[in-house]
Amino acid sequence: MPTLVSSKDADVSDAKATAGKQPESRKPRGSTAEEMASGQREIAVSEFFAKNRHLLGFDNPRKALLTTVKEAVDNSLDACEEAGILPEITVEIGQKSETRFRVTIRDNGPGIVRRQIEHVFGRLLYGSKFHRLKMSRGQQGIGISAAGMYGLMTTGQPVVIVSKTGKQQPAHEVILKMDTSKNRADIVKETEHAEMDELFPQGHGTQVTIELEARYQKGRQSVDEYLEQTAIANPHACFAFIAPDATRLEFQRSVKELPPEAKEIKPHPRGIELGTLIQMIERTECRAIGSFLQEEFCRVSPSVTRAICDHAKVKNTTTIGRIGHAEAEAIFKAIQVVKIMAPPTDCLVPMGTKALLSGLLRGVRAEFFSASMRPADVYRGNPFQIEVGLAYGGELPKEEPARILRFANRVPLLYQQSACCSWKSVIDTNWRAYGLSQSRDSAPEGGLVVMIHMVSAWVPFTSESKEAIADYDEIRKEMKLALQEAGRKLGIYLKRRARMRHETDRRDIFERYIGEISKACEGITGTPAKKVFDALTRLAKTKTEQADQDLDDEGNVVEKKLEQDDNVVILAERIGAAEQAEAPTDLIPEVRPTKVSRPAAAKPKTPKRSTPPAAPAQTPTVPAPFRVKERKAPEGGLFEEGK
Amino acid sequence: MAAKKPTDSRGAARSALSERTDAQTRKGIVELGARVVRQSLAETDPFVDVPLRSLSNTSFNARKRLLEMGDSTQRRNLFNTAQARKFMQTVLLSKGCKDLIEAGKTLSLRGMYYMSLHTIPGTREKTFEGQEESDGILEDIEVALEALRENLHLFAKKRGTMVGPITVRDNGDEIDCRRMGTGGYAIPSICEPGVVEFGKCDAKFVLHVEKDTVWSRFNEDRFWEKHNCILTEGSGQPPRGVRRLLWRLHHELKLPIYCLLDCDPWGHYIFSVIKQGSINLAFESSRLAIPDAKFLGIRAEDYERCELTDDVKIELNDRDIERAKQIAGYPWFVDKKPWQKEIQRMLRNGFKMEVESLITKDISYVTEEYVPARLKARDWLE
Ligand SMILES: Nc1ncnc2c1ncn2[C@@H]1O[C@H](COP(=O)(O)OP(=O)(O)OP(=O)(O)O)[C@@H](O)[C@H]1O
Ligand SMILES: [Mg+2]
Repeated sequence: MPTLVSSKDADVSDAKATAGKQPESRKPRGSTAEEMASGQREIAVSEFFAKNRHLLGFDNPRKALLTTVKEAVDNSLDACEEAGILPEITVEIGQKSETRFRVTIRDNGPGIVRRQIEHVFGRLLYGSKFHRLKMSRGQQGIGISAAGMYGLMTTGQPVVIVSKTGKQQPAHEVILKMDTSKNRADIVKETEHAEMDELFPQGHGTQVTIELEARYQKGRQSVDEYLEQTAIANPHACFAFIAPDATRLEFQRSVKELPPEAKEIKPHPRGIELGTLIQMIERTECRAIGSFLQEEFCRVSPSVTRAICDHAKVKNTTTIGRIGHAEAEAIFKAIQVVKIMAPPTDCLVPMGTKALLSGLLRGVRAEFFSASMRPADVYRGNPFQIEVGLAYGGELPKEEPARILRFANRVPLLYQQSACCSWKSVIDTNWRAYGLSQSRDSAPEGGLVVMIHMVSAWVPFTSESKEAIADYDEIRKEMKLALQEAGRKLGIYLKRRARMRHETDRRDIFERYIGEISKACEGITGTPAKKVFDALTRLAKTKTEQADQDLDDEGNVVEKKLEQDDNVVILAERIGAAEQAEAPTDLIPEVRPTKVSRPAAAKPKTPKRSTPPAAPAQTPTVPAPFRVKERKAPEGGLFEEGK
Repeated sequence: MAAKKPTDSRGAARSALSERTDAQTRKGIVELGARVVRQSLAETDPFVDVPLRSLSNTSFNARKRLLEMGDSTQRRNLFNTAQARKFMQTVLLSKGCKDLIEAGKTLSLRGMYYMSLHTIPGTREKTFEGQEESDGILEDIEVALEALRENLHLFAKKRGTMVGPITVRDNGDEIDCRRMGTGGYAIPSICEPGVVEFGKCDAKFVLHVEKDTVWSRFNEDRFWEKHNCILTEGSGQPPRGVRRLLWRLHHELKLPIYCLLDCDPWGHYIFSVIKQGSINLAFESSRLAIPDAKFLGIRAEDYERCELTDDVKIELNDRDIERAKQIAGYPWFVDKKPWQKEIQRMLRNGFKMEVESLITKDISYVTEEYVPARLKARDWLE
């Protein structure tokens, strides 16, 4: 069990860990090493974090509420996916007083076995995800217990957990309080229920209830926004949210298959630092340095092992115990020089462009969507992959700067945008090339949503609070490339839309004057106006059709590509929705059936032309009926609610 | 209708225009409409061809000393976004003219504009944005049909006044221009033979002044009586009626034409139009231009010669300077040393002067001293 040792209170005898951190002058203030030693003792992590709760995202009441929901929902999604269950998650926030809220999160996951409950929810740094290198939302084993601890500290109320692991199993209801000084849980009460169908109709799942001091407010960085964005990044999950005012929001799933399971990988030698290497050497069960390298790392074959050892001037049969600091450093240096294959990338499970589009369609009421995914790449020995999605036009506000939705391993990042590599890659991209306006060092403007998703077994966050992705050159480059690919398609679309407008203007002009001309001609020649009118109307039609045809010929490649591109969706009925006022219906270009279903179809403006929502290409599905139905799925997208 | 026999072929074609009968003009319009109908029913692109009225299609005939229109035409297609509206207007006004001819009535340009003005059904667009739009199209129709405005039964607003020892018969009414009081005879828009006929004339020359205010000064001082001349005025750029009248006074009655205009690029331009014709109406030059017209003043040297005060100076702006240089480059001015000198001097002065500036000397200075002195000295520009 890792513990934190205060540097100030370090054990004097442990020279290795605290060398150089000793108080330098012995007597200036009169306390001796002996005297100080009496005050030196181990600090429970829970004590440490209780004092430093901002490190875990509990800086203020509003953020505390978001963090609590987020930790629980992330856990539920992780658990469901690991158990191969399509997630169904309910979040309920009840208001007990002005500043006190009661948050309940329930899932249909595998449940937690009875004996683990108090550890999972009662101890910090206790979890299943820390000791492995595998793509998941949680990593540290702190999340949910920290939320419970925050609740307890601010309200004195214990955490209530109900969990059921299967149809034949009883449901356990456990009420527990964390003892921060010991980083252990005290059970307040526990009850066993034979049935709990009303909570877990599928026979399994977990429900957590935490009471805490908080503030509920919609808008940016709210629980609502977190859920909306989580729904976008997890189209295979459905969510229900009951807000303090008892309104209910539902997000139906739009993809019926679970994402493939991420493979666990061993660390890549290039991805570790010297300290970690030394720690691994100390802990390994391997006997010789050669077998250690081969077994604890990926991509280290016998020949690579030999190369490393030769370079480090260490025999690969040297027993582990004889590897000291100097040898470790030599090996570390060798690793940086010797040729080693890039890490495998099957540990990465991106959403994929189809699911990404499907997610965007679910949450953003735009007219044009494009997505692109980069091949996997590596930063500092860690494999990662970038995918992006763009949504443009429709009902998105035209005057505002683009909205950037940032995700890491399917978790939305709501804070510290400007510190994030995703943000930097957006302002680094030249959006003007795609027909958007953009001022220096800022995001493009006008009806655009940019979604950037990074997946990695180890996401490099800038801080413990997991709010921004660190700005590695490799990551930024991949992000930019992905944005450019999706951006180019948007550019093609915008050009084409402008051209269509122009063509319609043309047709309009001709049709407008034909009536006048045919009447005047009747006055001059006596030929019935109708005859001339009909002929000219036919002529106008073929004229503009010809024009359309010409366009096709000129821009053949372009047009065909957009229509047939699996990574593009155009929703005809939403085109120009933001400028509804005078947009003639003729503006709507003919579009092939959309490739991804959308949860709520906009009211079509031209019934004859609107295309029925077709099944998604990947996993055809009608939105799965959600358990409790009181209100319809949210009609609005990201920009309708809570702003 | 009594028209002068033309002297050359081009003039013949043009002069014959005024002899056209209504039936001929009507036939031209019907042909235009029938062509559009034919093209429409055959489902080919309807178009009308209109001779191009632009500088590029105008040339200076040095022998005849006037501007002539070339043969270039402009095709106006219905199925061209830039031309569709003009196409519609052309057909609309053609129909309006046909209606006028058939009804045997005449209408002012403004009247015609209103007759054809309405909102296009189902839109908020009007058939014409203003009278200028309609006037321009009517000029196109004139040229396209090789007809004159009067053939189309149209006339312009009266602008221009005449007084002097001459009797005219206007639409059958005898008018003695010696007895016109302070107002003078309003020169009609249509001054064709048949409409306006000349009777007894004692005048020895015509003095044409730029505007009404100057004209009034001369009339009040009975200048025309003392000097035995006809006094005309054209409200700035003289309209076609005034130009046609001057042309006829010059050609039929052999009266020399002297012009008293401002000393500024606009005054020079008016003279140029009276003398050589305008780009816009180049197709009528042979009926309107008077290559022998003379420019009496105001001259750039008059500031010193007449000892005028600083008060009369009006500074030349950039636009004026640019215009002056353009005018100096006109082919009919470019070889004329005196004109080049005149424009150079004005530019050197850096200011322009109006005819009225002479009033600062004395109220009758211009009528009693300036013009008589110029005429006596035969001091003018050709
Ligand atoms: N809803 C749940 N269903 C099943 N298991 C759960 C659930 N919530 C938590 N767990 C288990 O409890 C462990 C601890 O959760 P916790 O949120 O404290 O840490 P974590 O998710 O591993 O890491 P992080 O601190 O990054 O969130 C998880 O690793 C998981 O094994
Ligand atoms: Mg967690």
